[in-house]
Amino acid sequence: MSEILQPQSPGIPLPVPTIYSQPYWDGCQIGELRFQRCQDCGAITMDPAPACSACFSENLEWEVSTGLGEVYSCTTVWRPQTPAFTVPYVAVIVTLDEGFWLLANIINCPVDAVHVGMRVQTTFVELSDEITLPYFEPAD
Amino acid sequence: MAKHPFHDVAIVGIANSEQARVLAGHDSTTITFQAVHRVLADTGLTPWDIDGVAAGPFSGPLTYYMRNGPAWRSHMAPSIPIILDAASAIATGQCHTVLVAHGSAGIYTERASTAPWTRPANEFVVAYGMFTAAEFALIAQRHMHMHGTTPEQLATVAATIRNNGHAHPDAVYHGRGPFTPDDILASRMVSDPFHLLDCAMTSEGACALILTTRERAQDLPNKPVYILGGACDSFGPSYQHPPAWDLAGPSGRNNGYTGRWAAQKSFAMGELGPTDVDVCEFYDPFSFEIIRQFEAYGFCEEGEGGDFIMDGRIGPGGQFPVTTDGGTMSFSHGGAAVQQLQRVIRGVEQLRGTCATSQVPDAQVAMCSNGGAGALFTDVMLLGTQTP
Repeated sequence: MSEILQPQSPGIPLPVPTIYSQPYWDGCQIGELRFQRCQDCGAITMDPAPACSACFSENLEWEVSTGLGEVYSCTTVWRPQTPAFTVPYVAVIVTLDEGFWLLANIINCPVDAVHVGMRVQTTFVELSDEITLPYFEPAD
Repeated sequence: MAKHPFHDVAIVGIANSEQARVLAGHDSTTITFQAVHRVLADTGLTPWDIDGVAAGPFSGPLTYYMRNGPAWRSHMAPSIPIILDAASAIATGQCHTVLVAHGSAGIYTERASTAPWTRPANEFVVAYGMFTAAEFALIAQRHMHMHGTTPEQLATVAATIRNNGHAHPDAVYHGRGPFTPDDILASRMVSDPFHLLDCAMTSEGACALILTTRERAQDLPNKPVYILGGACDSFGPSYQHPPAWDLAGPSGRNNGYTGRWAAQKSFAMGELGPTDVDVCEFYDPFSFEIIRQFEAYGFCEEGEGGDFIMDGRIGPGGQFPVTTDGGTMSFSHGGAAVQQLQRVIRGVEQLRGTCATSQVPDAQVAMCSNGGAGALFTDVMLLGTQTP
């Protein structure tokens, strides 16, 4: 039985939101994974941006993702980026069911069970008064 | 009349400073100045023969201290793009002789963490422990999933390059080998599939090059090495967004093969193809990158890179020897940029025929690269002893 992956503890470096990413981080605080959809062409833009990554329109509106997706690529890290991080942790790119990618870590899962194609869902962990981080865990 | 403006430009001087894990008593400026003194000695030129400086943050200080102003100055990052910028400035008559230089020392001191240039503080990656090994691992894992590329194939690349460094008297890791693929696989895991010995090391050092016109090159002591082609592919800023293999826009050209279009342009400029390349001075931040580049540049088909690099093809005496000084895994890895310029320096050394170790006999064409898909960019240069 391999180790169960845990979220990181407070003390890791935390995101500093920008004026166009603030709604994303506000969503995380209430358990919503938000993404931007272009009102002109319908494409999704992620990471949050000031313009659509398909047609460059500025006419973007926020929507809430189901939080369900599939692991696109993953790597188990055994040498921490800085001593603030506890190893092992698993970095993943997840393809959300809406069709966008998100980079995050996987938790609540045995370290050797993570694999490309695995079904996952978002889960949120509060790390400071301002920042709640989205993580992924195995889907129910 | 040259068939491409780059063909009127030659690299006439190359030098590396001392390279070491730590260069006591040096900072980035002093070690860069050492490389500059060495490259001037290599060419027999004086500072006042130089009318252009391309040295990243050192462009201004070098011009000031050499008192070679008024001089042309590049504002590019000091890697292949700065060499192409210098070549363009010469080819368009803005200046005739450019000093390219960069160095790094005293920057990576906090050894419990990964190197500072590997972990930018972007809001969407900062909390997930990302650094270059993890970024490039996400690219490699996707390729392994799609094509069945194996850890043994990655380890074969790493052993080959590390053995080149083992043999090279000036490599930081000279004498550390020889290595077998099993040695690579037995080293501790950093970010799977990358073991410690699949990864670049870190060190300190500087290097410099001098470029001038074809005409002026004929009066200088070294055999001129010509720029046959060069171009750059970027898919965005490094280490800020998910490093997805399939990142692409409407063009359908994907980040997984970043460098392919730069290579195609470079080959067209030089009227060459992959089979004309005698030595592959490819950038080697991680073992998988070499496999990816052979596919991206058209040396083999997509998904076949893992098989392609086996059976001695990329080692000494093979069809396509790679990274013959030991690269970032063994020769040196001075920071964000020095080691990228060193790929071109080694390419020039191969075409001069002056390599003390791992010299490719009668090498006429060298392909040099920087970057990698984990960083969302790849820059390419082709060097030759003759132009079309």
